[in-house]
Amino acid sequence: MSQQTVNGVPSRGKVLTLDNMNPNVKRVEYAVRGPIVQRAVQIEKELKEGVKKPFSEVIKANIGDAHAMGQKPITFLRQVLALCSYPELLEDNKFPEDAKKRAKRILQACGGHSIGAYSASQGIECVRQDVARYIEKRDGGISSNPDNIYLSTGASDAIVTMLKLLVCGEGRDRTGVMISIPQYPLYSAALADLGAVQVSYYLDEDKCWSLDVAELRRSLNAARQHCNPRVLCIINPGNPTGQVQSRQCIEDVIRFAKEEHLFLMADEVYQDNVYAEGCKFHSFKKVLFEMGPEYSSTVEMASFHSTSKCYMGECGFRGGYMEIINMDPEVKAQLTKLVSVRLCPPVPGQALLDLVVNPPQPDEPSYTTFMKERTVVLADLAEKARLTEQIFNKVPGITCNPVQGAMYTFPRITLSQKAIDKAKEEGQVPDMFYCMKLLEEEGICLVPGSGFGQREGTFHFRMTILPPTEKLKVVLHKISEFHLRFTQEFS
Amino acid sequence: MSATRMQLLSPRNVLLLSQGRNELFAGCSGARVCSLTSHPLSSSPGRALSSLSATRRGLPKEKMSENGVSSRAKVLTIDTMNPTVKKVEYAVRGPIVQRAVELERELSEGIKKPFAEVIKANIGDAHAMGQQPITFFRQVLALCSYPELLNDSTFPEDAKSRARRILQSCGGNSMGSYSASQGIDSVRQDVARYIERRDGGVPCDPDNIYLTTGASDGIVTMLKLLVCGEGATRTGVMISIPQYPLYSAALAELGAVQINYYLNEEKCWSMDISELQRALDEARRHCNPRALCIINPGNPTGQVQSRQCIEDVIRFAAKERLFLMADEVYQDNVYADGCQFHSFKKVLFEMGPEYSNTVELVSFHSTSKCYMGECGFRGGYMEIINMDNEVKAQLTKLVSVRLCPPVPGQALMDLVVNPPQPGEPSYENFIKERTATLSALAEKAKLTEQVLNTVQGISCNPVQGAMYSFPRITISAKAVKEATDKGQQPDMFYCMKMLEETGICLVPGSGFGQKDGTYHFRMTILPPTDKLKILLNKVKEFHQKFTQQYT
Repeated sequence: MSQQTVNGVPSRGKVLTLDNMNPNVKRVEYAVRGPIVQRAVQIEKELKEGVKKPFSEVIKANIGDAHAMGQKPITFLRQVLALCSYPELLEDNKFPEDAKKRAKRILQACGGHSIGAYSASQGIECVRQDVARYIEKRDGGISSNPDNIYLSTGASDAIVTMLKLLVCGEGRDRTGVMISIPQYPLYSAALADLGAVQVSYYLDEDKCWSLDVAELRRSLNAARQHCNPRVLCIINPGNPTGQVQSRQCIEDVIRFAKEEHLFLMADEVYQDNVYAEGCKFHSFKKVLFEMGPEYSSTVEMASFHSTSKCYMGECGFRGGYMEIINMDPEVKAQLTKLVSVRLCPPVPGQALLDLVVNPPQPDEPSYTTFMKERTVVLADLAEKARLTEQIFNKVPGITCNPVQGAMYTFPRITLSQKAIDKAKEEGQVPDMFYCMKLLEEEGICLVPGSGFGQREGTFHFRMTILPPTEKLKVVLHKISEFHLRFTQEFS
Repeated sequence: MSATRMQLLSPRNVLLLSQGRNELFAGCSGARVCSLTSHPLSSSPGRALSSLSATRRGLPKEKMSENGVSSRAKVLTIDTMNPTVKKVEYAVRGPIVQRAVELERELSEGIKKPFAEVIKANIGDAHAMGQQPITFFRQVLALCSYPELLNDSTFPEDAKSRARRILQSCGGNSMGSYSASQGIDSVRQDVARYIERRDGGVPCDPDNIYLTTGASDGIVTMLKLLVCGEGATRTGVMISIPQYPLYSAALAELGAVQINYYLNEEKCWSMDISELQRALDEARRHCNPRALCIINPGNPTGQVQSRQCIEDVIRFAAKERLFLMADEVYQDNVYADGCQFHSFKKVLFEMGPEYSNTVELVSFHSTSKCYMGECGFRGGYMEIINMDNEVKAQLTKLVSVRLCPPVPGQALMDLVVNPPQPGEPSYENFIKERTATLSALAEKAKLTEQVLNTVQGISCNPVQGAMYSFPRITISAKAVKEATDKGQQPDMFYCMKMLEETGICLVPGSGFGQKDGTYHFRMTILPPTDKLKILLNKVKEFHQKFTQQYT
């Protein structure tokens, strides 16, 4: 058989080309690290080479990368990690006793007392126990079984794994997954990769990006014409939209999921990032159990958490967990088997997660410092959330919902028809054109709203509120000025 | 979507489903590995699908409450989950390991067993077996984790300078920042220089290096890129039998077609081009073979490929237009006299531009094996060669979705490729530790071969490299029958019995694939020498008892 002709590929051509690679991969898009970020990296390189720009540094406000923005790691967490990495330090009296105690406990749970050993694929047992106790405390005593905890490589890993389990069927029977618009593009990327059907439901920008069950129902009914919707994904607090769901709304969503026979996926990685007065984080699990056994013993759910956000911001360690609730035991066995193929989540990330769920206690030596550091980070974030909203809302043509939680603002920007036409001319979507221009002129890297999804005809960008307050002020003013200039240029 | 379609259509899949879930966990993977390619795919997708969805899914959504389906039924059940996931098997952490964990728990609860401890020789987990981490690596990691230690005079200067360099390339000078999705720039540069040194100066471009979450991550990502087509044009991937089951698991999940080529046990598990040709020609009748995977040094079989063999493989790949995937994670683990590690890349470039400009190759490495054994950090890299530029852009996009590989693993990878140099304060100690580990492994490789070959009914090839022995065991017809009656593969039956009686946890050969009618197990050679001796003697005694019992 002359393989050269099978695909009509000339014999000199590559084995693997754009035309014969996995078509699902081609459909994957991830705006948070998309073309605008690639251009930002290029500009950074140009600056370093001495190329003149109208700015002296690139500010990457595209991603929730706290430490990169200057946030300091929590001392206690890093002390324990150093002790686990190099246990000889356990002899060093510079380290507080509670840090040593945590490190010893983690090391004892590792094969050969080394974080270099593989852990169980589901995660180190004692870490899973600590996670379960943390969840119980968080949820006012509702029990959590360590067997239902799976540690993961960041939350992303667990989200993709759960979606993978859920995808089946072909054509009209193909699994549909409901995701909010705007959404965090990991979801759309994973669905494209898995060949699942994305079912979009829109958040209500006019009501502070709140979720409306009528819209869920509209979207579900429309989707049932062409696929089999089986999953409902919620991000709370919201990314990129920063809303914090009310208890009532969560109850409505749970009722809807039960009624419509949907598997719930609750992305709760920003659970400590709640700033607005009157807002509070309610976990889906807690609400589910407060709704009584009719719900708590039937509704299937997975909840995700991570070490990357909240006050820790330890993105590089790729720590995370998911808790599964009411999962069919046979499916659970399949899940355990599936995660075993990748051997285990990174052990330093597991250790870090353990510290997050089991931080210093009031009677321990590191408690005071820990609380101080934690409070400073969260209070700063709250201030920056307010500041961002205030400054943006002063700019004609920018409207910004309150940043109730999470780490981003997702303001709406008015773009003139002239600007839209110009963007089209350049082959770009209008908000990409806007953000690219901002990057070239001010050195500020944002992500266009089109990367997250938005109602047609509306335009947004996502900006993280993480830069230090003084720098954030500069960023906000630069954007304001740019917006005015842009509006003038294209009026 | 295409990935699942394939699996739904496979008549074999229907069969599997009807056999129920126990079978999925039982040790029958060998049978499946051996027969996967022999089942042509159904050519009537529509019919196969409709019958499947009628019988298995049975939940037309809007009729749920009308048609008598209980509203209590789960959304996600074994019948409505991703069928390709169900086909995934990974014996290295399969049912036998689950039983081993149970036994450990029973022991700790005081239940009497004929042994005092469970020895998990199922996996190449060096530190768990008592191997000590390399001091220098851990010093630098501690410094990176808690940079206040940079002021501590007890740390050597070279460790501090490495830590500073790594931290300087991290956002905000913290390992807690995301790195570039492809990996930290400076680490990729160090990897490229390491490869150049290893390959006698053959150039390496840091742009072609992708850091990964262990080698497994890189391997699965590459396979994912390669999979396309449907039916007879579906991508086929050639893997050795025996193989490391990550490959079969990934192929099952991706719905790609597994193409088996057999290693020659009689010739020390060597690879033979005529066998590659046979496997390829047969596969071309029902799929589109596009990739050839090689593990060198071999896992589970421990062979080290000769330079000549690698050249032959490259020529074969060029002629047959196959994308080469070289799994070289055991590149420092070569023990046998006369054996040497040759990287596929080096040989490719020594064969001249006709090959080095055309053959598409990816090579994988990791921090988990060699003398480091740092499995928990999930560090690794892959180097891509001659990849189409557009495909490379797609690869970069794909890895960006997962943000970045764990940064501590990237830092560790950097130390592995840029260890202490002569003249630096940590050099001597580093070399001492490294040499001690590698020479202990070499000794254990010899010991294992020697002891196992004294047992009648066990024959064991030399462990030339890697970390495992994969001896062949004779199982009598009587034992085979008893296993079959129990619904187990004979070597699973054997290993399960050994676990229950001696506390030794091995992986049956069927988890890796083997020629029909032959039986093996994989055992790691990692336990400390004294413990390994005890273990080998226990295996010996068990085998003798087992043989006696079933004659």
